[in-house]
Amino acid sequence: MTAIESVESFRSRARAWLAGNMPRLADAAPPSTEGDEDEQRWRRARELQKKLYAGGFAGICFPEEYGGLGLTPAHQQVFNEESDGYELPVVLNIPSFSICAATLLDMGSEEQKRERIGAAIRGEEVMCQLLSEPSGGSDLAGVITRAERDGDNWILNGAKCWSSSAYAADWGLCLARSNWDVPKHQGLTMFLVPTKAPGVKMNRVRMSDGSAEFCEEFFDDVVLPASAVVGEVDDGWSVASRQLFHERNSMGGGSPYISGGRYAPATRQMTPLDIARATDRAGDPRVREMIGRFLAMEKVSEQTVGRVSRAMATGALPPTAASILRLLHAESNEMAADIAVKIAGSGAATGAGADQGIGGQAGLRFLVRQGGSLGGGSTEMARNVISERVLGMPRELALDRDVPFKQVKRGR
Amino acid sequence: MELELSSDQKIFQASARRLLEKEYPLDRIRGMADGELRWSRDWWQKGAELGWTATIVPEELGGGSVSGEGVRDLSLLAEELGAGVAPGPLLPVNVVLAGLVEAQGGGPDHSAEIESLVAGESIASWAVYEPGVVWSPLEPRLTATPADGGFVLRGAKDRVEDAEQADLLLVTAMTPDGVAQFLVPTSAEGVSVSPQWSLDLSRSFGEVRFDDVRVGADALVGAPGAVEVIERQLQIAVVIQCSELCAALDRAFALTVQWAFDRYSFGRPLASYQALKHRFADMRTWLEACHATTQAAAEAVQNRSADAAELVSVAKSYVGERSLPMLQDCVQLHGGIGVTWEHDLHLYLRRVTLDQALYGTPEDHFLRLADLASL
Ligand SMILES: Cc1cc2nc3c(=O)[nH]c(=O)nc-3n(C[C@H](O)[C@H](O)[C@H](O)COP(=O)(O)OP(=O)(O)OC[C@H]3O[C@@H](n4cnc5c(N)ncnc54)[C@H](O)[C@@H]3O)c2cc1C
Repeated sequence: MTAIESVESFRSRARAWLAGNMPRLADAAPPSTEGDEDEQRWRRARELQKKLYAGGFAGICFPEEYGGLGLTPAHQQVFNEESDGYELPVVLNIPSFSICAATLLDMGSEEQKRERIGAAIRGEEVMCQLLSEPSGGSDLAGVITRAERDGDNWILNGAKCWSSSAYAADWGLCLARSNWDVPKHQGLTMFLVPTKAPGVKMNRVRMSDGSAEFCEEFFDDVVLPASAVVGEVDDGWSVASRQLFHERNSMGGGSPYISGGRYAPATRQMTPLDIARATDRAGDPRVREMIGRFLAMEKVSEQTVGRVSRAMATGALPPTAASILRLLHAESNEMAADIAVKIAGSGAATGAGADQGIGGQAGLRFLVRQGGSLGGGSTEMARNVISERVLGMPRELALDRDVPFKQVKRGR
Repeated sequence: MELELSSDQKIFQASARRLLEKEYPLDRIRGMADGELRWSRDWWQKGAELGWTATIVPEELGGGSVSGEGVRDLSLLAEELGAGVAPGPLLPVNVVLAGLVEAQGGGPDHSAEIESLVAGESIASWAVYEPGVVWSPLEPRLTATPADGGFVLRGAKDRVEDAEQADLLLVTAMTPDGVAQFLVPTSAEGVSVSPQWSLDLSRSFGEVRFDDVRVGADALVGAPGAVEVIERQLQIAVVIQCSELCAALDRAFALTVQWAFDRYSFGRPLASYQALKHRFADMRTWLEACHATTQAAAEAVQNRSADAAELVSVAKSYVGERSLPMLQDCVQLHGGIGVTWEHDLHLYLRRVTLDQALYGTPEDHFLRLADLASL
């Protein structure tokens, strides 16, 4: 085994390479007016990821045999520090790298790992999550999308929804019911589904702020080969559980597969400080107190990610403690959105003249405030996990336990 | 609590716990009354022998820490004292030591006073607050006027911890050359101490008047205008407070979790109700966050990091603000027993109410964060 590069040497190499090769956020070109803005964004992300790959800075914590660098979270951390201020393909982080690729790494076949993770790291492919369904997302093990055997193949029928950035993805991790005669957790199988396969119909779903990050998909006799199964047939719940772990970890900020920050620069720029400055309210002590509260919460979130991640790594806390990070992240997100609206004052409602202005942006962000408390598993589910799995309190009564799934009551 | 303690730190922690449990079980704290001395000098000296006054003092001045990271050891100790709602001048003595050590070499020599404080032979306290004035350590109204090669101090201080038992006061005063600090014996002529009411049963405070108190130039700590010494005192005070707060919250939370398992209503334990489980989940999350930020602040103060002032205010504002609703929710989840004298919860509630309020309220520290962000 060759000794891995020291973190400090990696840092200085990254610093030099970034300076010579990656565009600075400050000089980012304004989006061109040609074509769909979202599509441009994703095309750009793939280009940037290809650059990272060519420069030897892609897939820092993924193993070398699957196209990564095989380095440690400490290396990823210094890369994140050094890359602050550069334009990076951050939209690829969640869910493609930090949830989907991370789950494949834990549970996928050799072929899936080599091909899908490799292609993602090279900037050629993107993955998404096809978990939630119109009938429910919290009760994930209750999905009713059907997978039926047909010789060596599988036939998929059903519907998924709220899938983030699925329109930009090539593959989706799709949880389906393969056996209806056993209790719900035992009859699930996870599939890698090509989003452009015949029989897949995808629509973009408009969100309350007007954006369209979500998609819904309908599967109509979609044919999948046996090699599309991730993990074992009827053991999809083990795969989904890993996926949920990676999701909570990503949402909470604890994932080592996130490179260059969790958020797109547009969201990062508009902090309550920016709003206070832009609206000339920085001198108002009421505003200053709110800013201080925001700054403290941001810092505490970051510090807690460090502490809880370390504790999970040493076993001092169980892996379910990732829900602590998930919950705290939602809280800080809600607080930031609230403070932004308060500081923006009436500007959040009436913008700046005919434009939305920075106040209007705060208002729009407020409309999707709860998104951060739902996506990645709701905060209520996180509270269930913390109380039951971290504190050991009694589980909620479930009427579907040990009952063949076909007998379980469902909503209308 | 530290995630990983060295064996020396564990011994240090255990010895402190033993001394506290032996002398000050919670029932004794509950019985403490106004006008009674909360702790004895003998006891404090035993603490000093265990290293309670030495952690942040360099070896050449008689100090030393078990781990080589004195601020973290002090934080560990403060957790023990917080968990036991302990009496004693841990905070005042260490804060004064922080200032004296910081100022050494920058003004008159105070190594003799440092050594006697480390030995537990004398007690000192920071006289910084003034009657009717909010936290504003750099704007004292108490004046120190140069006279006869020394200074004359005029004014009043309050919220001086353990003022009645203190031998020395570190007085923050205004001089013509800016804010300065003086080490003044409580026995000096013109110093008068009167007791002050305290919500916390095991803590005591005093008001101190300075009526034309004459001190020599050698009473000066550092030089006038040396605000970094005051900043260091504040940082040490906040690390101690936040560590105490974390430990008090840990104890109250543990009591409440246990209660939720043991207490039944409608044939089920309280811990089985989702409405309550979710509140426990929130508290468990906030506890983790409180520890994380306290540890980060202690580490930054230990390393004298450039962001130490910021991280201290982050910790104080966050932990301070969270502590009150958390403790009140522990009371609520206990039901009626939670508001009784016999239950231990109020001992913790008293301590956290005190700790969050002194050396800057959470709101004061929010404002400081905005200042530090150069907004
Ligand atoms: C921004 C965003 C991105 C998302 N991205 C994806 C994605 O990429 N892929 C994907 O598959 N899904 C995605 N989702 C869907 C998300 O996972 C679900 O919205 C979420 O799991 C909740 O499911 P639901 O919407 O069906 O609500 P429901 O499950 O119907 O829940 C409704 C409400 O009831 C509460 N609730 C439900 N059960 C319980 C219980 N047992 N105890 C207490 N409270 C309960 C919930 O917390 C919620 O408040 C995304 C959602 C958002 C908002």
